[in-house]
Amino acid sequence: MNISNEEYGELTKRRSHNSKLCKTVPMAFLIGGLICTLGEALLNLYGMAGLNKDDAGALTSITLVFLSILFTGLEWYDRIAQHAGAGTLVPITGFANAVASPALDFKSEGFVLGLGAKMFVIAGPVIVYGISASVVYGIIYYIVGLFTK
Amino acid sequence: MDMFLEYVWAFLIGGAFCAVGQLLIDLTKLTPARILVSYVVAGVVLGAVGVYDPLIEFAGGGATVPLTGFGNLLAKGVREAVDQHGLIGAFMGGFTASAAGIAAAVFFGLLAALCFKSGSKINET
Amino acid sequence: MCFRKPSVIAYAAVVGKAENEGPYGGEFDEVVEDNKAGSDTWEQAESLFQQRAVKHVLRKSGLEPDRIDLMIAGDLLNQCVGSSYGLKDYFIPYLGIYGACSTFAEGLLLSAALVNAGYIDTAIASTSSHFSTAERQFRFPLNYGGVRTPTAQWTATAAGAALVGFSGKPPFIRAATVGKIEDMGITDLNNMGAAMAGAAYDTLTRHMKHRGTHPQDYDVIITGDLGQVGSDLLYDLFQRDGVSLKEHHKDCGLMIYDRATQDVHAGGSGCGCSASMMCGHFFKRIQSGELKRVLYCATGALMSPTVVQQGGSIPGIAHCVEISSEAGG
Repeated sequence: MNISNEEYGELTKRRSHNSKLCKTVPMAFLIGGLICTLGEALLNLYGMAGLNKDDAGALTSITLVFLSILFTGLEWYDRIAQHAGAGTLVPITGFANAVASPALDFKSEGFVLGLGAKMFVIAGPVIVYGISASVVYGIIYYIVGLFTK
Repeated sequence: MDMFLEYVWAFLIGGAFCAVGQLLIDLTKLTPARILVSYVVAGVVLGAVGVYDPLIEFAGGGATVPLTGFGNLLAKGVREAVDQHGLIGAFMGGFTASAAGIAAAVFFGLLAALCFKSGSKINET
Repeated sequence: MCFRKPSVIAYAAVVGKAENEGPYGGEFDEVVEDNKAGSDTWEQAESLFQQRAVKHVLRKSGLEPDRIDLMIAGDLLNQCVGSSYGLKDYFIPYLGIYGACSTFAEGLLLSAALVNAGYIDTAIASTSSHFSTAERQFRFPLNYGGVRTPTAQWTATAAGAALVGFSGKPPFIRAATVGKIEDMGITDLNNMGAAMAGAAYDTLTRHMKHRGTHPQDYDVIITGDLGQVGSDLLYDLFQRDGVSLKEHHKDCGLMIYDRATQDVHAGGSGCGCSASMMCGHFFKRIQSGELKRVLYCATGALMSPTVVQQGGSIPGIAHCVEISSEAGG
């Protein structure tokens, strides 16, 4: 070839169009904002039903997760996500979609080694790094506590 | 009117978290999985330094629903567990606090897999 | 390599619903409306597409399977299961090949070479691809709300098969050039067009140099599935040599879908993309003499998800087959 990889990389960059930020960002903002507003509404609803703050929060998460997985099963979630981008990725519904979609998809490879084993193929890292970060924080918090008491 | 404002802030702050995520997708080479991981870890850090709880007071669902809220929950759980159980609490709090979300995702995910078939994407705009 | 005798005796394309809704809908031999084709799994569905394509070829040629000397087939799936499971019931001697999306040209080229050399009388080249199996294997679960970047391409749900032998009738396979592996250092698995354009340029340049031809000597130069990004890059590369390719070029990836109404981003891809366009659209027109001399250059991105995750790049390959309505001298 009479072109270096660096030169070709430059050409590629010029020819590869980026997403249109003026379209993707407002859509992410709108859909993501709406999901959060729904969360707020659920929080208030469960609060009015007499649940304490923590329980209302937990039940809100459960409800959103349920709705997200229902939408995933009905093949709606990925269709909304095509337009919403990060708007459906960043809320907890995105986490639920990441758990449910491989479960659905890998069912054909069996209930244990398919569905069961592949369920966290996308969402797993969130748990791994989230929990690990929390353990690190817990240890630091404990040590700091020893000196401040 | 107060109620209305509450929803507006939830919408704006929640939307802002998602818009930042979208900017990260479009302008950097970060894959969606990496963005999720970054958000959760960022939530743990923000929760640890104490800036996330005031945000929740202010934005409610706008702060709890994004995955940073999940991270904050982990931090909060660990803090409470360490207060109660000492060092061993560092290993307990995270899962305890996030149990509802994770268990719901696992259980409903399983149910969905039993009830639905995986579908083919439709390439129509 | 140049050939004298072989021609494409029969050809057939089987496509899915979305492909038939594209600009060339209605030109294919069979449309499978249900992308799962009534099967339990997507992999079985893909096998069925390829099985049907070969079945149509046999029907159109009027030959029984035992009259076919060889079958050369491949697809995108691990262990080429689309081909091996789809074709197992024909009991025809089988060679499995892998060239990613360049597989159909590879199969045609090998069939023509073996037939021309006189080792065999007939060979079927066949390939398939399926959006859902490719997505599952290379990207994300189907219902996952991952966002496709604008440079990403849509794997065609389609299969194509062609029977090569002696018939004395067009389309004749006149020459072919085997591609070299060209690694342009592309690491983005959502930008296959860029990974393949360099290989297409190299193979086309070498072919035309060897044949002493120029782009204007061909009615059309068809690339496999470079898509928008890859096609633009191919023009850029030719432009550097002072050659203008654009007006002589068509890309199957840009033809198979209507990009204005079908959300396929940079275009179609997959082994079945160029195979179904050749078998559904182009061979017909070469046979009738509407197109006299055509260069078909199928491009493949030799992408491994494992290697890409390890930080490796995506090498590309392209094989070129020259097809004509007139027999070789």
